[in-house]
Formats: sequence, structure tokens, C-alpha cells
Amino acid sequence: MKITRRSFLKNSGATVAAGGLGLALDAQEAKASPTRLAGTTRTTTVCPYCSVGCSIIVYTKNGKVVYTEGDTESPINQGSLCSKGSSVFQLTHNNPDRLKKPLYRAPKSTKWEEKSWDWTINRIARNIKKSRDESFKLTNSKGQTVNRTEAIASVGSAALDNEECFIYQKFLRGMGLVNIEHQARI
Amino acid sequence: MTNHWIDFKNADCILVMGSNPASNHPVAFKWIQKALENGAKLICVDPRFTQTAAKADIYAPLRSGTDIAFLGGMIKYIVDNNLYFEEYVRDYTNASFLVNPGFKMPGDNEGVFSGLTGTKTKEGFVSGTYDKASWSFQMNADGTVKNDPTMQDPNCVLQLLGKHFSRYTPEKVEQITGTPKDKLLEIYKTYGATGKAGKAGTELYAMGWTQHTVGVQNIRSMAIIQLLLGNMGIAGGGVNAMRGESNVQGSTDHGLLFHILPGYLQTPAAALPTLAAYNEKNTPQTKELQSANWWANKPKYMASLLRAFYDQGLPLEDAYALMPKIDDGVNYSWLTIFDKMYKGQFSGFFAWGQNPACSGANANKVRQSLTKLKWMVNVNLFANETGDFWQGPGMKPEEIDTEVFMLPCAASMEKEGSISNSGRWMQWRYKAVDSPGEAMPDGEIISALYHEVRRLYETEGGAYPDPILKLTWNYGKHFDSHAVAKEINGYFLEDREIKGVLYKKGTLVPSFAFLQDDGSTSSGNWLYCNSYTEDGNKAARRGTEDPSGIGLFPDWAWAWPVNRRIIYNRASVDKNGAPWAPNKPVIQWNATKKAWSGDVPDGGWPPLADTEKGMKPFIMKTAGVAHIFGPGLVDGPFPEHYEPLECPIDKNLMSPQMVNPAVKRWETDGVPELDLRASCDPRFPFVCSTYRVSEHWQTGVMTRWTPWLLEMQPEMFVEMSHELAQLKEIQNGERVTVTSARGEVEAVAIVTLRIKPLTIDGGTIHQVGIPWHYGWRYPDPKFKELRSANLLTPNIGDPNTMIPESKAFMVNVVKKEVKR
Repeated sequence: MKITRRSFLKNSGATVAAGGLGLALDAQEAKASPTRLAGTTRTTTVCPYCSVGCSIIVYTKNGKVVYTEGDTESPINQGSLCSKGSSVFQLTHNNPDRLKKPLYRAPKSTKWEEKSWDWTINRIARNIKKSRDESFKLTNSKGQTVNRTEAIASVGSAALDNEECFIYQKFLRGMGLVNIEHQARI
Repeated sequence: MTNHWIDFKNADCILVMGSNPASNHPVAFKWIQKALENGAKLICVDPRFTQTAAKADIYAPLRSGTDIAFLGGMIKYIVDNNLYFEEYVRDYTNASFLVNPGFKMPGDNEGVFSGLTGTKTKEGFVSGTYDKASWSFQMNADGTVKNDPTMQDPNCVLQLLGKHFSRYTPEKVEQITGTPKDKLLEIYKTYGATGKAGKAGTELYAMGWTQHTVGVQNIRSMAIIQLLLGNMGIAGGGVNAMRGESNVQGSTDHGLLFHILPGYLQTPAAALPTLAAYNEKNTPQTKELQSANWWANKPKYMASLLRAFYDQGLPLEDAYALMPKIDDGVNYSWLTIFDKMYKGQFSGFFAWGQNPACSGANANKVRQSLTKLKWMVNVNLFANETGDFWQGPGMKPEEIDTEVFMLPCAASMEKEGSISNSGRWMQWRYKAVDSPGEAMPDGEIISALYHEVRRLYETEGGAYPDPILKLTWNYGKHFDSHAVAKEINGYFLEDREIKGVLYKKGTLVPSFAFLQDDGSTSSGNWLYCNSYTEDGNKAARRGTEDPSGIGLFPDWAWAWPVNRRIIYNRASVDKNGAPWAPNKPVIQWNATKKAWSGDVPDGGWPPLADTEKGMKPFIMKTAGVAHIFGPGLVDGPFPEHYEPLECPIDKNLMSPQMVNPAVKRWETDGVPELDLRASCDPRFPFVCSTYRVSEHWQTGVMTRWTPWLLEMQPEMFVEMSHELAQLKEIQNGERVTVTSARGEVEAVAIVTLRIKPLTIDGGTIHQVGIPWHYGWRYPDPKFKELRSANLLTPNIGDPNTMIPESKAFMVNVVKKEVKR
């Protein structure tokens, strides 16, 4: 049975089951076109969504992503992808809504302003330093050494790479943060 | 996960409860299908007939929040019918240990365990604390635990387990859960059949079990079942948490939580002023024979971590002194952070790759809390409800002082590094393209912030700059994922001879067995030591051979620890090292060669029958055996059924204690006008649960901005039964308002056969379900409608984890008065 994307959508809606099976067929159809991949560079990646860890091949040409598909060599997904994994094409420059510049919203302001990275990093670092300097505790109320700031908190990072997670917590703990939490808590 | 995704295929029975992999981990379902093709049975227990249920051999509904009653009934069935794997239970668990005779259980103690103090109310105890002195074992004079290998002593763990769960009769369980008794018995019988040697049963859970005030005890119930049936450590077994984010496993491993450092080392506490005191308090000791007690190595891991943090010329004690310390007994977790934030106790806040204005329970409290900050940094690919909170519904930007920075970061294929999946497989990914515009990798942003903060302290001084100035950052000006991956693995910091081999200063440590407690090695995370060695970056390996035949694929990427694919695998063999399941061995002992083959064993010692060198299988447990009796938790050594904070019935049918007595109650200790509770309240008569759909992810912060996905699941909906729809005069497709004590959400009604009313204690109870992927920032162009499911959820946490109870709370559903 030939399933087009449109008829698949119409048939699935919010009905029971179906799952990603229709999309897998769709992906096979697309793969059957060799000319589309001519002259492209093949880079392997791992899906950014759930934690199954499906491998994806990203095809690029002239610095642009032109196609993505499941990596058949991965023993985990053997080329399969779900609806989300099949859509990572739209997470790159192919998505016009990606944030492209640091944005700043001043106190009481009703709008965002675009800023340079240098300005932004300096301004955040100044804020960190002010919050830390005003709040830093060498000891707690019992006189025990604590070397911490309780004025800054951090949440997040489960979407970061391991190496980024490591330096993120190292940076936060280096500044004396103890209020460090992330997605695993919710 | 104790096991991994591909391993599902080795199961003879798969229990899906507390999750819905067909929708939320769809590709994993490939391996469930493989098991089914091999003749396995799939059981699905869920309040809703999910996509997973559609493929199941047996489906049973239950009332959300009653999993312990359901599983407690299974424990009783297994014990009563002698379905447990006696040899495994006797030798590999603490079932034979004798408990202190002063220990009392809920059946004899008004629904609570002995040692509880707290405020007594008409609902039982509230905000209680357990003194665990009576939850202890009887000891021999030599410091070992007294035990009875016949497991007949009335104080032994197995007998106490049987006594405790004798109250969980099928009739009682049916009354509480609403699951028909015949379904209960069918499932108990089918799953209980995996207690035979050579049979494997696995359990797959996710947020459906964690997001409850009894979340940890839900999972403990299953761990007990798996231990009784001998299902831990074997192929096709385990208790498998299917995690929701691509690297939530890795980010947890790397200690992005207040209570742990990388590698699950305890965060230093104020009462432990020195490294020596830290090691003494946190390093377990044992007198048990044949117990490896692996955590005895903790001082090596902590010393190596300090070497990866601070100037390596410092004495270790001085490095430890620099570390921030938490106050003893104080909780710094998520719900506490937002409570303090609302009360104005934070000036600065990072929401890095997270959208708490949508993902936090009682999201209105979170949204209000953000207005109290002086500054906030939000890093993401797309605009979201957190970064834009100041222009959200009901907000007056001109009155909000928070300075907000919205930083654009790189997507996963725009940078290079590794992530760790649920099966603990660390997989490397490469950069395919540059980021659009000026977006930068998170690592580069962190690095830039570090350098600038350091520069300010170097040039201007400030409050105790030493921890910042002595923090090492040997990765260059720009972020280098290979340099960091090597630091996480660790280096020899001086020449060192170990077992006759010289390891040169500056070379990478081959595995954590080589780490030292004297400061001569570094390792940012001991669990990842062995991932990036002189042999190369193992996470990048792409070998596709499977010599095991059970899907271990040892040369594909790398798994922690030391590339072990199934943890506790020494429990997959008998005392002589012969596999319980000879047709799917994980490891096996060759007595002639005196060596293991198969997976990387949980320690290379000979099997247990070698009474001199052999070791018990659960090497991370102090006594070497798994805990059927678990005194480590704050709310009881056995699971006990309690009602959710908000529930539809006015009494706990199991005991006079209504709610888990050890939970922190925010309605009294938080912000009373926001932390509202309405239990057994006629205004909110229906049980509600949040869940996910295949096409979206988390708060939708990526998927709502992906047109292909948004087209498939465009907006917030609420699923309800035909019976409830008739009662409320709601038609399929109509717009309705879902309200709880804390907020309201507009949604489209989906009237479906997938949800049925349940009979609970003779009355009819309706349940509804809502996805939590929506918000107000996009696609709603006017930023007017609040769509986030978490506007409704209560901020109450499990007492062990503080994970909020998003899976069972009370709501009302009414037709929206104004038609669109």
C-alpha cells in the first residue's frame, strides 16, 4: 500500500495505535532517490529527542543540511526513526524561527533588543559577580565553612552534551552555587 | 537502566507500567516487537488504553496513583504461590537477614512504619520524619548481619515481606485500583511465571512511576518483584527507566543536581569540613564475607574529581575546602528553588536548555517567581515561555524588573560531543553544519562566561575569589569537547607503577580501577573513566559485531561502567558461574581458564562458590546482596499504598494514613495562596494525569517550532471517556476548560473509548488525560491563552527525590462558555 504523508496524517489523527510506522514507510520512499544525495557529505549524529539514542545520518551540501535519515548501521535503531527523529532536518538553518542573536530585555522594558555576544557575556558576568559578591557566605549560621552563594540558581542541561554538562557544573560549583537542578528532578 | 534497549528482545515477559514506549520511545518498540516475535508476552497497565496497550497481550486499567496496591498484590501472589526463585532470593538478596524485633509495619501501626514523628491530623501524620533506628538488622558479634538461610525466622526479611503484603488481597487491590480482579490474577500469574531459572521478565517505566508522592516506592515495589523472580542482572530482565531526554542520563551522571557531584559522589556538606571527614562519613564499611563493597573505593574517586576541578598543585584537603558546601539536612531541589525564588531569595537564575515556566509543576508559581529575579539567563534554540515570561498572559512588563538574556545556542548536529542514552551507552556525535546566525554551542557560551567571570575577579577582586581563580580550565580559549572528554576520563598526574606496569605522567587512565586516593590521578567522573583512553575515544566506536548473540554490541560506542552492558550481571549466573539461562548467557565462568566470557563482568573475581576470592553479585551494595528490605529510603523499608495528595476518595482503604507521611507539605510550608490543594473536593471530581505524544517533546520548545510535527499534533487536548462526556454534555472536538485548584487550561475535548470510568470502592471514578507539550508562546500568536498542563499540577514531591506528583491530581472539565 502506498502511503503518502497527507493520507497518513488524515488516517492517524488521534486514533489508536498506528504509531511511527507510516512515517517509516515514507522515509524509505525518500531514500530511494539517489540523485538527491549526489555530492553530499555524510555526517553521523544521534537524535536529540528521547533517550533511545537513535543514530541519524545528516547529508550536507554547500554548508546546508539537504537530507537526514536513520543510520542503518546503528544496532539500536537499524535505520528506523520516529516522527521526531525524522524531523531534525527542520531544527537546523532550515528553520527560519531559530534564535540567531543574543537578545536582551531591560528591566521594565516591553521589548527585546539584539545585542553583541561581547556585550552580553560581559553584562551577564557583571551580574554574576554582583550577585555572588553580595551574597557569598564563607560560613553558615553554625560557623561551619560553606564557601557558597545562595543568590543564584540554575536549572537545565539535559539536552547538552556530556562534555558541556561537565564544564557547566564545574563552572557553577566553581562560583559557589549549590542550587543546581535539572530535568531529572521533574 | 540496568539493561539496555536492544536487550528487551531477550525477555519472555514485558511489563509496561508507568510508561508508554510505543508513543514516547517508538524505536525502542522495535525490540519489544522482536521479543513478541520470539513468543514473549506483553502486559500493559495504564489508566488509558495507550498505543502500547494496543499491542499488548494483556491490558489492565488502573486508577492513577495506585501502582503500589497493584504491585503489592503481585508480591503477595508470588510469595503465596511460591513462585519466587528461592536460590537467587536466598543467596543474592537480603531476604534471609534478620530484622530488629522492634520494627513495626503499617498493618500493626496505624498505616505507618515504626519511628515516625510528625503532626497528627484526621488524615494521619503530616510532614513526618522517620527515625530509622528500628529499621535495622540484628548483628552478630563479629559485625556481620544475622541471617536465617532457611528464611523461616518470623523476623527475617522474606517473612516480614509476606506479612506486610498479606494485606494486599486481590479484593482489596481491586477496590483501590479499580482493576478487575480477574485481570489482576491473570497478570500476576503471567508475570510470576518468569521466576523460573532461564525465564526473563523485564519492566519498563518512565514518568508514570516517578511523578508521584510515592514515586520511589513504586519503583521499589518492582525491584522487589524482580529480585523475588531472579530477574535482575540477566538478559531480558531488569528494572528499566526509559528516560525522556537524549542526555538526561549523562547530565545526571555528571551531577547536575544539588545532592550529587559527577559519578554520584555526595555533595560536600557543612558538617564535613575536611576531605578526611567526607570520606569517613560517605565511604561504607562492611564485615560481610565475600562482599566487594565497591563504594569502599570512593576516596579514590573523590580525590581524582578534585584533581579535575582545581589547581593540581594544591594539597587535596585545600582543594576540598574550596568546594561549596550544602547545609546538612537542607533540601536545595527544584520545588525549593522556586519557593525561595517566589519569596525573593534569588537575584540571578540560569534556565539553560530548559523551560521551567512550562515544565515546572504549579507553573503559575514558577511564572510569578521569575518576576522576582534581578536577572535571568535563558539559553535555547527557540523562543519559549521562560525567556518570554515577562510578556506572558497576565504579565505587565512595565512592572517587571527582571533583566532577561536570551542566548541562542547550537543544535545537536551543529557541534561535536557525546550523549549517553538510557542504556548508559555513550555515543559520539559530529558537527555537520554551522549554526544559523550567531548561535553558539552551549560549551562555547559556558566557556566564554567562565573566562569573563575569571577576568573580572582577576582584575577587580571580589568576595573570596580563590575557588574561581584556582578552578582549572585547561581547554583553551574555545570549547574543545575532546579535551573535556579526556579530563572526564582522567590522567595520571605522575609516573605510577601498578601491577608491574609503568603508567607515564600525562597519559590517560585506562579505567577507574587505576584511580588513586593520593592525588596522583585525575578523573572528572570516575564512572566515565575508560571512555577516552590511550586507545582512543571509545564513544565514537562503530563496531557492529555481536559475539554475545544477545545484542550486547560491545564495540558500538561505549557504556558505563567499563563498557558493561548489563549491570549486576554476576546475578545472571549460579554460584559456580553457570548462567541461569544457558541459551542467553550474559557472562559465564570457565573453570579451566579461570576466566569469565561474555559481557564485562561486574568485577573479575571468580564466582561465589570460590569462598576465598569469589564475590557476591550486587557489588555496589555494602553487604553484596540486593535489598528486598530497603532501609535507605526516607519513607519506609517496604512500599506501602498511600493516596495521592489529591485523590477522589476520602479514605485510604488500606490504612488510616491518607498520604505518604514523609512528604513535605507546601500548602502549609510554601506559599499558601499559590500552593493550593483540593482533595476529595466536589469542585474537582476527576482524576487527571499528564502524558506525552510521539510528535512532541517535553514542553514542545523544539517540536512546536517544527512545522512537520506541529501539523500532526497542533494543539492542547484533553482525553475523556464517553461516559464522562455524556455527564458533562461535551461533544468530541468541542473546546473545554480544564481546571484544578491551581489554574485552568483551555483544550479540545477528545471523547474516546481509550479511557473508561473505574469502579473504586463501589463508586464510579472518572479519569482524564492531558499532554504537557503546549504553552502560550507559540503557536498562539497573541500570547494570550495559557495552555500548559503544568498550570494544573500540584507542587508536591516524592520525599526521597522531590519529583512532583504530575501523574495524579484532581480537576474539573467544563464546556468553554465562549465559543471560538
